[in-house]
Amino acid sequence: MTPDLTLATIWAFLIAFAVFAYVVMDGFDLGIGILFPAFEVGEERDKAMNSIAPVWDGNETWLVLGGGGLFAAFPLAYAIVLPALYPPIIAMLLALVFRGVAFEFRWRDPGHRRWWDFAFTAGSFMAALSQGIILGALLQGIKVADRAYAGGWLDWLTPFTLLTGISVVAGYALLGATWLIWKTDRRGQDHAYRLAGWFGLGTLAAIAAVSAATPFLSHGYWERWLDYPQVLLTAQVPLLTAIIAFAFYRSLKKRREARPFFLALGLFLMGFIGLGISIWPYVIPPSVTILDAAAPSASQGFMLIGAGILIPVILAYTAWSYWVFRGKVGTEGYH
Amino acid sequence: MFDAFDPIVLARIQFAFTVSFHFIFPAFSIGLASYLMVLEGLWLKTGRELYLDLFRYWVKIFAVAFAMGVVSGIVMSYQFGTNWSVFSDKTGPILGPLMAYEVLTAFFLEAGFLGVMLFGMKKVGKGLHFAATCMVAIGTFISAFWILSVNSWMQTPVGYALNAAGQFVPAAPWIDIVFNPSFPYRLVHTVIAAYLTTSLVVGAVGAWHLLKDRTDAHARKMFSMAMWMAAIVAPIQIFVGDLHGLNTLEHQPQKVMAMEGHFDSHPNGAPLILFGIPNSAEKRVDYAIEVPKASSLILKHDLNAPLAGLDTIPDRDEPPVGIVFWSFRIMVGLGMLMLALGLFSLFARARGKLYDWRWLHCAAIVMGPSGFVAVIAGWVTTEVGRQPFTVYNLLRTVDSASPLAAPAVGASLTAFVIVYFAVFGFGTWYILKLMQKGAQPHEPEMTDAAPIRTAGITPGPAQKGPEDDKVPDDDRNDDPELRR
Repeated sequence: MTPDLTLATIWAFLIAFAVFAYVVMDGFDLGIGILFPAFEVGEERDKAMNSIAPVWDGNETWLVLGGGGLFAAFPLAYAIVLPALYPPIIAMLLALVFRGVAFEFRWRDPGHRRWWDFAFTAGSFMAALSQGIILGALLQGIKVADRAYAGGWLDWLTPFTLLTGISVVAGYALLGATWLIWKTDRRGQDHAYRLAGWFGLGTLAAIAAVSAATPFLSHGYWERWLDYPQVLLTAQVPLLTAIIAFAFYRSLKKRREARPFFLALGLFLMGFIGLGISIWPYVIPPSVTILDAAAPSASQGFMLIGAGILIPVILAYTAWSYWVFRGKVGTEGYH
Repeated sequence: MFDAFDPIVLARIQFAFTVSFHFIFPAFSIGLASYLMVLEGLWLKTGRELYLDLFRYWVKIFAVAFAMGVVSGIVMSYQFGTNWSVFSDKTGPILGPLMAYEVLTAFFLEAGFLGVMLFGMKKVGKGLHFAATCMVAIGTFISAFWILSVNSWMQTPVGYALNAAGQFVPAAPWIDIVFNPSFPYRLVHTVIAAYLTTSLVVGAVGAWHLLKDRTDAHARKMFSMAMWMAAIVAPIQIFVGDLHGLNTLEHQPQKVMAMEGHFDSHPNGAPLILFGIPNSAEKRVDYAIEVPKASSLILKHDLNAPLAGLDTIPDRDEPPVGIVFWSFRIMVGLGMLMLALGLFSLFARARGKLYDWRWLHCAAIVMGPSGFVAVIAGWVTTEVGRQPFTVYNLLRTVDSASPLAAPAVGASLTAFVIVYFAVFGFGTWYILKLMQKGAQPHEPEMTDAAPIRTAGITPGPAQKGPEDDKVPDDDRNDDPELRR
């Protein structure tokens, strides 16, 4: 009845996958919420909404899977992280509730549409900001004593976490803009190209700032990133990021339609890998490793059966639904 | 501003608030999913358009209720960690996998079949559509299965060992843990409660429209079906509830003592206290109206059987008697009224007056929300009756909470209350508006106006694929293939 390193590693990657799937899939639709005030009332807003309407809810379920998976596979991590990051997590949940419901009632209650549009933007912004703060707070380390969170309830609030919060907002806005490049045409697309250019700059600046600040958070990060010889490997991450950034601006200039979105996702992937390099093998830096937090192999094994069957099915469904909605959106769908 | 409060009490209020709000929606959607399955099955079997109209009418209400269940459920999956982190750490190895199965099942159901059920009749054909409706009904049941298994394990924990870190770890085959002693009873009792709740809502909507027009064919059909259901299921539920109570007596005696208000032991047959005011300070029930020896008869099937009271339990292990005593009476009282409504409807039906007696319709309307009240009262009984433990007799509630300060819990509680009342208040208002309208002949499919996108990722008519652009939505109503 002890944890098993192989199973624990599989589960760590599964949960990381769920979180990244969440960022990939919910990022662009939160981004559209963030950009919403920049869109003209009427056709541009309706098209933006139509482009995410079929998929956003399925996207959000990955967040539940990430949370549920963490509870089941690494209960100690779940028990430490959630109280430590209590305010941003509660804010994120309430923001998602608000945003989801605003989404529905925007059409059901047209009399208050302005109000629902505001709720949609505010909810999307708060959710993105909270997620960025959560990542930053995890990276900067959580005080643990005796299997429990040992800090105060505002420890998470530092300049670094605010920086990561804003970074995620900018990054999601970039994803939203590139998604619209892909999904719209004519004037809306022109606008999306301009927005993508600006938020691309913002995102790259944010990546640079977070990368520069991270090694100073703790000694371990500095060594991990900059000591010889592993610097030869870790240096590939910023290098690849620079190449992707270059390709991204090239694709904007050449007015490619799908490519900017995928290159923007590439930037996120680099950020995610960077986060992984910093944290591994900890689940809560600087004290709790994945093996410390892992549930016994009996628990992780039992769950893996269900996950092994259902996650591929879910992925297949998701891929199919994106396939069904391929192509440019119109406005006519909602009349 | 919350510094004067105990953070654990605030955390308990928060959990009770969010979980009660959440459960209202599944209590309705579990029953409604099965009702929709029956309606569509009857339509396919008889070809009567009336059933299709009713299906299309109720599926709109189902979509909104299900969406609100999903949204409020997302919050629940994080409540354990935010407010009950020590509980999460200690029980995670056992309860985590069960909850993960619940999430995966709900996910699977949501991603796959719900969208087909809501929007896809034209896309997939009648047979597959009916299969999707059946899967949704089964899926809501499977979801309830896992979550009730979790709850039951907290009431009657088995198959565990304690490791060095003080965690409960699995020490028996999973099937023993899943099917822990109180689980089968709780599952049946809860699912039947959902059916009963739904039939009372459907009956109330039917009755409301009968009051306006007693010749309304749609209202007559839904009222008749709902009253059959109430008449058949209410007595079954009372029987199952009794079995559940006996199971509780075996495994959680102090909960039954609190429900019965038995502060003292009764060696020669315990009285059934119908009403009274439990006085925990003095350890007695004031102004009690009692039936001598009846409690022993119900619980032990013997007038003179001895029954232990709370005097045999250390004070620190006693549940709060007042709350449990009253919530139990509310639940049972409403159950009896439901039975009375069912009998009343049978009587009216036998006299051929089911659609004519306005008193019956008024009674059905008044009883419309009673299922929800009874369900919440039942949960209060079983959850408060488990106190002062989270894992019965093994882990105390005071030892389960997160190391949080009162201001954090209080502020989040306030935010939850405001957001929930705003958001779900609006949703409930919207459902009532749909109900107010009544089912129409040639009830339109869920096409116009809006996507219900909290509900699955399958194509909705509002987000047509590029190849469908030329098909106007309105065509669906006149499609001879669907109308038969």
